[in-house]
Amino acid sequence: MPETTYREAVRDAMSEAMRRDESVFIMGEDIAEMGGSMGVTQGMLDEFGPDRVRNTPISEMAIVGAGIGAAMAGMRPIVEIMYQDFTTLAMEQIVNQAAKHRYMSGGQLKVPLTIRTQGGAGWSPGAQHAQQLEAWFVHVPGLKVAFPSTPEDVRNLLYASIYDDNPVIFFEHRTLYGLKGDVPEEIEPVEFGKARIHREGEDVTVVATGRLVHEALAAAEEAEGEGISVEVLDPRTLLPLDEDAIVASVEKTNRCVVAHEAVVRMGFGAEVAAIVQERAFDYLDAPVGRVGAKFSPLPFAPIMEEYVVPHARDVLAAIKKTVGKN
Amino acid sequence: MAQIAAAEHELRRVIGDAEGLGDREVEGLSEGDLLALYRDMILLRTYDERSVVYHRQGRIGTYAIYWNHEAMQAGAAYALADDDWIFPSYRESAIGLLRGLPAATILSWWRGHPSGWWNPADYNVASICVPIATQVPHAAGLAWGKRLRGEDACALVFFGDGATSEGAFHEGANFAAVMQAPVVLLCNNNQWAISTPVSAQTRAETLADKAAGYGMPGVRVDGLDVLAVYEATREAVERARAGEGPTFVEALSYRAAPHATADDPTAYIDLERVEEERTRECVGRYEGYLRRLGVLTDEQAEQIKAEAADVMREGIKAAESEPPADIGLVFEHAYADPPPQLAEDLAELRRILGGSVG
Ligand SMILES: Cc1ncc(C[n+]2csc(CCOP(=O)(O)OP(=O)(O)O)c2C)c(N)n1
Ligand SMILES: [Mg+2]
Repeated sequence: MPETTYREAVRDAMSEAMRRDESVFIMGEDIAEMGGSMGVTQGMLDEFGPDRVRNTPISEMAIVGAGIGAAMAGMRPIVEIMYQDFTTLAMEQIVNQAAKHRYMSGGQLKVPLTIRTQGGAGWSPGAQHAQQLEAWFVHVPGLKVAFPSTPEDVRNLLYASIYDDNPVIFFEHRTLYGLKGDVPEEIEPVEFGKARIHREGEDVTVVATGRLVHEALAAAEEAEGEGISVEVLDPRTLLPLDEDAIVASVEKTNRCVVAHEAVVRMGFGAEVAAIVQERAFDYLDAPVGRVGAKFSPLPFAPIMEEYVVPHARDVLAAIKKTVGKN
Repeated sequence: MAQIAAAEHELRRVIGDAEGLGDREVEGLSEGDLLALYRDMILLRTYDERSVVYHRQGRIGTYAIYWNHEAMQAGAAYALADDDWIFPSYRESAIGLLRGLPAATILSWWRGHPSGWWNPADYNVASICVPIATQVPHAAGLAWGKRLRGEDACALVFFGDGATSEGAFHEGANFAAVMQAPVVLLCNNNQWAISTPVSAQTRAETLADKAAGYGMPGVRVDGLDVLAVYEATREAVERARAGEGPTFVEALSYRAAPHATADDPTAYIDLERVEEERTRECVGRYEGYLRRLGVLTDEQAEQIKAEAADVMREGIKAAESEPPADIGLVFEHAYADPPPQLAEDLAELRRILGGSVG
């Protein structure tokens, strides 16, 4: 399977699991005939039929809650929440139920549930349709959180999520669906908690997630021209997090910038910065820089949205600041 | 406790079909009222049709089309007093027109421009809700609050057939009933929720059947019949004002257009059915009724349509002549008293922009 889009890669991981395994099915809003609001499940109804590609009522709480129940019954459900923003309607089920069942049963229950959702700005959908809420979920013991940024990773990680015995919140980025990339012929499930180094460098490590991986790579390219060598590391899964890879990279480069699309303040990047100062304090030559959205609800106005969320130029500015070249 | 009868499944109608079913009249409506309702419907229709064009021309963003929903919107709004609140979903984005909200304001909203903000309390029209059903508890709470303050006003909340599957609908409806809040739950049953038909949303025979479970009356009306919607809403408002609590009104229609400008319904909808529904659309039906009554002349119809076209021409002109937004606004509106860090962010922005905005 050479050149594949991120969207096709998501679909392929699900279809492959569903072909091999009757216990895997998907449900969500408008995923059947319409193929999902982002076209991810297009064609799956024809292949697997309406029992396994199941349209649901508009009931996010019931979608996740019933997913938990089906998982407890021995299935490996994939549920789709149309917009990440609407995971808010299912928070009780995700946070108090899915994440807690194993713990509260003394390890006797398992909830192998994959909650797929998408979000991300760049197409001006306003304050309630593009948020990046991953920081909420990495704060909940009992969940796993994946946020892949390339077709290959999204395919491998989704497959791994389906076969993970823990509930996984699986974030896809809206603006990456059309991204093309080479993927291996066979799915190679990736272990959770293993980062990918997209680009090696000497002067500064950029830990980036989702869309910002690509912005960071663009920034690294430019920095190169200015004589700054940048390493770009994508943790791929935020929980568990590959702390060792981050620390090893910073020990080599002595500088670190964290970049995500979600708001900077109280964000996932703060945790990365904390880990770096805790474990690599003596290696650091500069404070850890953070790149992310301004602390504002996402504006609907395109120019304002553009201003609020970070781009390659913001990553570049942080890189330069960290190496003292601004 | 009052006895709540099961909802009637029969659709209430006032406008006949010019075949077997005769026309009725609604008590208390003058010719002036009938024409005012027509004017409202034409204004809504014109706004909608022009908006689809503006979207295609790139002058407004993604837009939720409400073609064939004008009857239920105009009919329900007409049954309210000015003090009563309306809680719209995206499907009723232009309902404020009927409360004097300028077309330019609503167009600016769809353009993502700050001049699209209105103060809900100026028009008693709440902000447009896009997350499904979340406005139902708001309406219940506002209505209840009005009652606690000894005010006479009630609230009317619009939501779709799909919205009845949400927890927020259930909790809002139940809360309204328990509190006997003066609210009308107006369910726009256009039979589709994006690609999901109402049959995949519920096994209840009708949506109005749900009302009995909450202990409130459920009424079914032909949502393409502006007078039937008006009459049913008026009764619900009377109940609300009399302290008898909420009513669920199911207005049955058909979404004879895409869900929104970004939607391509060909993958899931039966296009022949859509064509058929388009021939039964609600504005034409009311026009036929008025003509049979001899209330509407060709001249009047022409004039009303021309006026509505003018409103839109002026509206888009005004919306497009708004100066570009001040980007600094991103830090100004999220808090009544922005935390100090936001003041720093704003100062930094002003520095970058060279103090040229705001
Ligand atoms: C909580 C939530 N879940 C999902 C969506 C995505 N969505 C937008 S419109 C829609 C369908 C709503 O259908 P219905 O309630 O029948 O209203 P209609 O669009 O027909 O007016 C859905 C699922 C949303 N906006 N909010
Ligand atoms: Mg509907």
